[in-house]
Amino acid sequence: MLTLLTSENIARFLFGLLTSLQLAFVLVVVGGVLGVVLAGLRSLPIRPVQWFVSLFVLYHRNVPLLVQILFWYFAMPQLFPAPILRFVNDHNPEFLLAGAALSFAFGAYVSEDLRSGFRALPKVQYEASRAIGLSFLQSFVYILLPQAVRNSMPALINQLLLFFKGTSLASVVGVAELTHVASDLNSSTLLTFETFFVATVLYLFISLLIMGAGSFVSRRMAMRT
Amino acid sequence: MIDILQTYWLDLLIGGYPNGPLGGLAMTMIIAVTSIVLAFPLGVLLALANLSERRWMSRSSGAVITFVRGVPLLMFIFWIYFALPVVTGLSVSGSVTLIVALVIFESAYISQIVKAGILALPRGQREAAESLSMTPFQVNMKIILPQAIFNMTPSLISQLSSAVKDTSLGYIINATEITFATAQINSILLTKPLEIFGVLAIVFFVICASLTGLANILERRLGRSQSIALANVR
Repeated sequence: MLTLLTSENIARFLFGLLTSLQLAFVLVVVGGVLGVVLAGLRSLPIRPVQWFVSLFVLYHRNVPLLVQILFWYFAMPQLFPAPILRFVNDHNPEFLLAGAALSFAFGAYVSEDLRSGFRALPKVQYEASRAIGLSFLQSFVYILLPQAVRNSMPALINQLLLFFKGTSLASVVGVAELTHVASDLNSSTLLTFETFFVATVLYLFISLLIMGAGSFVSRRMAMRT
Repeated sequence: MIDILQTYWLDLLIGGYPNGPLGGLAMTMIIAVTSIVLAFPLGVLLALANLSERRWMSRSSGAVITFVRGVPLLMFIFWIYFALPVVTGLSVSGSVTLIVALVIFESAYISQIVKAGILALPRGQREAAESLSMTPFQVNMKIILPQAIFNMTPSLISQLSSAVKDTSLGYIINATEITFATAQINSILLTKPLEIFGVLAIVFFVICASLTGLANILERRLGRSQSIALANVR
């Protein structure tokens, strides 16, 4: 154990963990916004838009995350117009493409969870907010969305846990996150047990934090009702 | 896309078989079904231990479940990949490694499903069975589990769908399943990633969407038959 934990290797582990957390941050922000937009679009009374959103959600729920990442990494760049492709290639393409794949998938799951959050709201909420003169967008943003987010908070945190673990798949396309650092150190030091032990403990630590947040939120919600 | 399918459909379907190891979609399904079948009894045991009145049992099984839920599947796959040959002294194929990792992983999730199913049963079921002087083992085997598992069939089918999705990680340790076959074809063709990964995505989509669709239909059926049963009781 001690032979592994030189200051240089500790720095590499922490840098890997930082990259994993950066991926998680990106997918929460981008995927969260995407999920809200998708849930909003789906509540519009326009059939083709609803079909598009449900196809988007179905695709991301029924295709493995790893395949989505591989698709973004190998296939998507073919579809990009030249300026975007140049931008991506100049700015850490592995991170951007894996981050995009994770964010899109997270957005799809978030929109599903939010949808059940919306469905739990009484219809009066919307009618009352329209009656006091708010527009559709205002009543969505100020009245419905905050309550729907609160309703679906336990499900959203569970989803975050699954996707935080999902960031380990970004190692496959060469993002230097925790799993990638661990398998690199494994092949350079040959201390297999020790390297994967450290990585497992670090993953478990963050997961336990997320699980703790989840049980805190559901206890708060149980008290409210 | 069609020409790729015409050339490589056999590789995608069964891999190099019979000249090499079985692979492709057939192997994907075998790995997924085997892992769920093997994980199921473990999951039931974990759930029963978790609901046990003995503190040490519920605590230790709870710790196992939390541990498995807190660590990425990829980490388990690496652990098994490196540890299994050392422990057993045999060289283990990628597919076997994947099955072992999936059994550990899925059993924790199945235990959550079974636990929810047991907790959803009315308390009277257990009490009535106990008042018939059944032993705790008989209560679980004859009364509680058959009902809980029957009610949980839809969730178990969606768990099979996520097991199918999780087999894609076999690609990383060279288990010869469909994602691995696809990546191989991709590196032969080099210029057609969009088409070849598109085929892979469609295959997974069709299988997993039909499984979750089946789970939804069963859930609606079960809900209806339960409400009919309840109405008859009343």
